[in-house]
Amino acid sequence: MSDTPVDTSKRTWLIASTCAGAVGGAAVAVPFVSTFQPSERAKAAGAAVEVDISALKPGEKMTVEWRGKPVWIVKRTPEQLESLNKTESQLADPATDRKAYPNPAYAKNQHRSIKPEIFVAVGICTHLGCSPSDKFQTGAQPSLPDDWLGGFLCPCHGSTFDIAGRVFKNKPAPDNLEIPPHMYLTDTKLLIGEDKKA
Amino acid sequence: MAEFKEISPNASAGEKLLNWVDNRFPASKMYKEHLSEYYAPKNFNFFYFFGSLAMLVLVIQIVTGIFLVMHYKPDAALAFASVEYIMRDVPWGWLIRYMHSTGASAFFIVVYMHMFRGLIYGSYRQPRELVWVFGCAIFLALMAEAFMGYLLPWGQMSYWGAQVIVNLFAAVPFIGPDLALLIRGDYVVGDATLNRFFSFHVIAVPLVLLGLVVAHIIALHEVGSNNPDGVEIKGPNAPKDANGHPLDGVPFHPYYTVHDILGVSGFLLVFSAVIFFAPEFGGYFLEYNNFIPADPLKTPLHIAPVWYFTPFYSMLRAITSEMMYVLIACVLAGAYFGAVKTNLPKIVKAGVVGAAVFVSLLMLSIDAKFWGVVVMGGAVVILFFLPWLDNCAVKSIRYRPDWHKYLYAVFVVNFLILGYLGVQPPSAIGERVSQVGSLFYFGFFLLMPIWSRIGETKPVPDRVTFTPH
Repeated sequence: MSDTPVDTSKRTWLIASTCAGAVGGAAVAVPFVSTFQPSERAKAAGAAVEVDISALKPGEKMTVEWRGKPVWIVKRTPEQLESLNKTESQLADPATDRKAYPNPAYAKNQHRSIKPEIFVAVGICTHLGCSPSDKFQTGAQPSLPDDWLGGFLCPCHGSTFDIAGRVFKNKPAPDNLEIPPHMYLTDTKLLIGEDKKA
Repeated sequence: MAEFKEISPNASAGEKLLNWVDNRFPASKMYKEHLSEYYAPKNFNFFYFFGSLAMLVLVIQIVTGIFLVMHYKPDAALAFASVEYIMRDVPWGWLIRYMHSTGASAFFIVVYMHMFRGLIYGSYRQPRELVWVFGCAIFLALMAEAFMGYLLPWGQMSYWGAQVIVNLFAAVPFIGPDLALLIRGDYVVGDATLNRFFSFHVIAVPLVLLGLVVAHIIALHEVGSNNPDGVEIKGPNAPKDANGHPLDGVPFHPYYTVHDILGVSGFLLVFSAVIFFAPEFGGYFLEYNNFIPADPLKTPLHIAPVWYFTPFYSMLRAITSEMMYVLIACVLAGAYFGAVKTNLPKIVKAGVVGAAVFVSLLMLSIDAKFWGVVVMGGAVVILFFLPWLDNCAVKSIRYRPDWHKYLYAVFVVNFLILGYLGVQPPSAIGERVSQVGSLFYFGFFLLMPIWSRIGETKPVPDRVTFTPH
């Protein structure tokens, strides 16, 4: 077989047809891979959610679903707001300067909210997407430092957040909790998923 | 094409039929090659049960899986209830389901033992590199299969476990978020995710798995089995009988088929005991939180993967931003060693240093989260390279320097500790221990080219050690 001289024109056509076949095969893969994308129905879901917060008492949290994600609404006590000054030095990104997760301009302040006491955030850890649990009680407790001032603990990998959803230093989560676009329709009615600019 | 064989007209009907088939399909040829004339070393010990047991568990999983699919509904609204329906209303459904769920854990126990066997007896060494590589690919496919199967009951652990693992892909720079979206098929884990994981779990991955198992066995039968002594029984200098069969080998059938029945009996004894008396195995085989339907709004207070993933999960958790400085120091130390202590050409040395500096810069600029994923993936991928990392003069642990045995013992204990820590809630001490454990795990493999050469090996016998009984 090795004695047969190479027929170059045959070889050229073999290469050309193999390449054409490969291109065709790759083109066929496109529709298959495309089916992995979110469907039109999934894209259409995700309208804004209206929430009545009149029954929310200081120190309480309520959770609503927006785009399949938990959105927390916490009414913070004056002590909790005070704790934000003390945690400042232990945070990874106290002023929320990183841009990896949405943080609307009206929430780019120490309390990360429109009204200081009402905190609205997406309750999904910026590490790997677990929903952190409330750790509002202060003081020493399992998985938390002894001087804990109240906030959130992610049960999956131990990331901790202060009561404004700001992540502590040296934790797996790199970013502060996401703040969804939101606005007040009245004093006690919140619209989550839309703000005035939109 | 093989020669067309005529058979005597006086032959029995059975012989005639076999001859008819053999002229059209290599039935007898394959039977001889893989069973009756596949010579395996006669000194196999306890650890050699686990290869055939892995095959048995694969069959159990496929058969029970087929029956579960007859009743299961891959729909986010129906999945949880359909599993409970199998457990309560389908006649004997609970047994099939417990066989499948216990089978998953049994698969990993058997495969870990099988891999440990390969590790200590050097079964990955030349000429068995591809046997090992196919085996590692099987392990990887098995992990994918187990992970996607765990989503199907649609309990809290299913949901949040999938959420975490899919988000691992989101940590990849630039393409990450889109990649995670493509895997989930929605902005959060949901119905679309459940449906596609079902498809992968029951069709795609099992097909890959079966193909790899065939490749694993074909490669094994091409080169012949290793044994606890690491002696080549089919080598050019190995003693053979008049027919050219190795004196240290016995035909797989009937010797090892009968032998393996003992292993199968022992395995089924334990397997049945778990199925009937402790199917949840204290929350390790079926986690308690998975008996709560998936709730996208609330993560359970303590979430951990199923036990077989926890050593790797510990390594993921160990990579914090603090740990990154240690890893950068390791990379730079490696580069220093390469540049100063070796005799590589100058251009290679420059390349090593350049690459180390580049990697260090990447490590500083990309989040620790991504590197956690890299470490977890790397912990599995590094196994593929084992055949080329081991430079010891002998294969089997029996003839290695004694301190190698202690090192392997520490490796196993370390792996178990990492596994234990992965089950536990995060803690400061646990984090430190898992960081040291991760460094040891990678050090064991990455420094193997150096440490495996050190020390005096014992003389390897010409024949396998075997006492007839």
